[in-house]
Amino acid sequence: MDNRFFVDGEHLSPAALEKKHCLETNSASRTNHMEYMQGMEQIKSDIMDKVLSEMNSYDYTKYTAKDVKAALEHETCTIDDFKAFLSPAAEPFLECMAERARFETSKHFGNTVYMFTPLYIANYCENYCVYCGFNCYNNISRMKLNMEQIEREMQIISDSGMEEILILTGESRSQSNVEYIGEACKLARKYFRMVGLEIYPVNVDEYKYLHQCGADYVTVFQETYDSDRYSDLHLLGHKRVYPYRFEAQERALMGGMRGVAFSALLGLSDFRKDALASALHVYFLQRKYPHAEMSLSCPRLRPIINNDKINPNDVSESKLCQILCAYRIFLPFVGITVSSRESESFRNGIVKIAATKVSAGVSTGVGDHESKYEGKESDGNEGDEQFEINDARSLDAMYRAIAAEGLQPVLNDYIYM
Amino acid sequence: MNNDKFILGGHEFNSRFILGSGKYSMKLIEAAVRDAGAEIITLAVRRANTKESESILDYIPEGVTLLPNTSGARTADEAVRIARLAREIGCGDFVKIEIMRDTKYLLPDNLETIKATEILAKEGFVVLPYMFPDLYAARDLVNAGAAAVMPLAAPIGSNKGLAAKEFIQILIDEIDLPVIVDAGIGRPSQACEAMEMGAAAIMANTALATAGDLPMMAAAFKNAIEAGRKAYLSGLGRVLTRGASASDPLTGFLRD
Repeated sequence: MDNRFFVDGEHLSPAALEKKHCLETNSASRTNHMEYMQGMEQIKSDIMDKVLSEMNSYDYTKYTAKDVKAALEHETCTIDDFKAFLSPAAEPFLECMAERARFETSKHFGNTVYMFTPLYIANYCENYCVYCGFNCYNNISRMKLNMEQIEREMQIISDSGMEEILILTGESRSQSNVEYIGEACKLARKYFRMVGLEIYPVNVDEYKYLHQCGADYVTVFQETYDSDRYSDLHLLGHKRVYPYRFEAQERALMGGMRGVAFSALLGLSDFRKDALASALHVYFLQRKYPHAEMSLSCPRLRPIINNDKINPNDVSESKLCQILCAYRIFLPFVGITVSSRESESFRNGIVKIAATKVSAGVSTGVGDHESKYEGKESDGNEGDEQFEINDARSLDAMYRAIAAEGLQPVLNDYIYM
Repeated sequence: MNNDKFILGGHEFNSRFILGSGKYSMKLIEAAVRDAGAEIITLAVRRANTKESESILDYIPEGVTLLPNTSGARTADEAVRIARLAREIGCGDFVKIEIMRDTKYLLPDNLETIKATEILAKEGFVVLPYMFPDLYAARDLVNAGAAAVMPLAAPIGSNKGLAAKEFIQILIDEIDLPVIVDAGIGRPSQACEAMEMGAAAIMANTALATAGDLPMMAAAFKNAIEAGRKAYLSGLGRVLTRGASASDPLTGFLRD
């Protein structure tokens, strides 16, 4: 697959440009993405081999309408049934799959829809991931909030009524170290019932420390499970190491986190294979850690600042819906989160079928909640956004929209232990 | 029948329907109290522990007993901590122990449940443990100070009815505490059957929550539970399980 995402910023020095081009065009100039870097903990786990073996042997063209019909008849969805649901042969059965998915969602979650909001506390990044707005070659306004600023942001979010927060950083250990993130978690515990983290992958003892600081849920997106494609998209930095990222959820559970979240960034590679691998990552890990709570997200590529080559249309809404219905039927007990990357109409529809959690009042920038939530004029001291969101509804608007659909919006269902 | 009170931990109730907490809504609570006659309502502490403006605690009518549960607990220690928190936030002394180390099937962990029951009973809680219907575990729960045992009928939320019927019957026959059938009851007829078997009460949630007409289903459960209870108290007639009864006694040839 050729790489459509390369963009050169005008600000880059000749030396930086030369290194960037070398990384982009000469694969020999990159490190081995399957080799752990120094300091990266290696755990004993066979989950990655299991997932990759299933994904690599998945030929979705061999499934037929007969397989999909049989899968719909089965009370328990097998891995092979799930493969049929993800195949092109299942496309004409989308409505039947949606009905089955709605039934499973209601059986396990009733009519509840959980709500959360992300809080970006820093957007420094040491990686060159070619599709991401935070990548180290992209000329954006960088910022890292200090504790006082973080607390102010949390107060504003908490005042809106939100009880669950997801703390995010760009992936820079040097700019946003584990202690910095830990202090942010301690602050968050003062204002929120549930604190999640979406940061760079860390070692077991670091997850343990972050859990002690108040975090209870760890989200790591593998972006793509296709190892070769992963290598072509993540050219520089610690994120380049595929297995260390793959094993992040397992290390988080070993560190005592209550739950973990997974996803591929749909559209980076073959989305059917990526969807299969994402769900199997959950499936095999759940068998090994049956007490853990797990959830799947389903982000599609979104436009980023300074790059107009990226658009989400490679995975259509119908295909996204097919993936989410397949996830729900295969893993009825797993949370499914749909972020503000998706449109208002899509989110209103999918919470009635498969999704159990939505974000609201979202900003993917840094330090801009006061201007976004309270209309205060921006003082320009804000960090740029990771990507452009689609559904900009506030918590209040989202809460009312969910309730109007006859569903029960829930702000908290966690108890920190 | 009027004197047939349901005694639980020294407290007296008229209703033998308990509302579970799995899928809650204000409409469900209203229907459970008004139409099903519920006097005990389960409450997930993890859900109640909120600053949400629509707190479930505000919707519990006067005179209804709160039964906080420890859902979210994975160990005895966590269940004990949640029970204490429930007492602190004003939920009273009743507690339903739920300890699950499996997020897929949400099956209760009997061993950890016994440990938590022992600790909380000593602290003066009226402990109602949710359990897998195992006789040994039920006996241990009695010894640990439980006020009742709450065996599951089928996997939670499955509406599959009395899948564990034979094992629940063993508990009813052998355990000298109220046996409250919890989880899996999907229809009023199944609730009625459990009551006929001698269950002391029925806990249900999903069966009501997912009904087309919530108040009507709540009323149906009330009637079914009362019918089953009456049948149990009146002594069920003989039920033939196989073939017909011979009109001439098989032992008629005996001469002494």
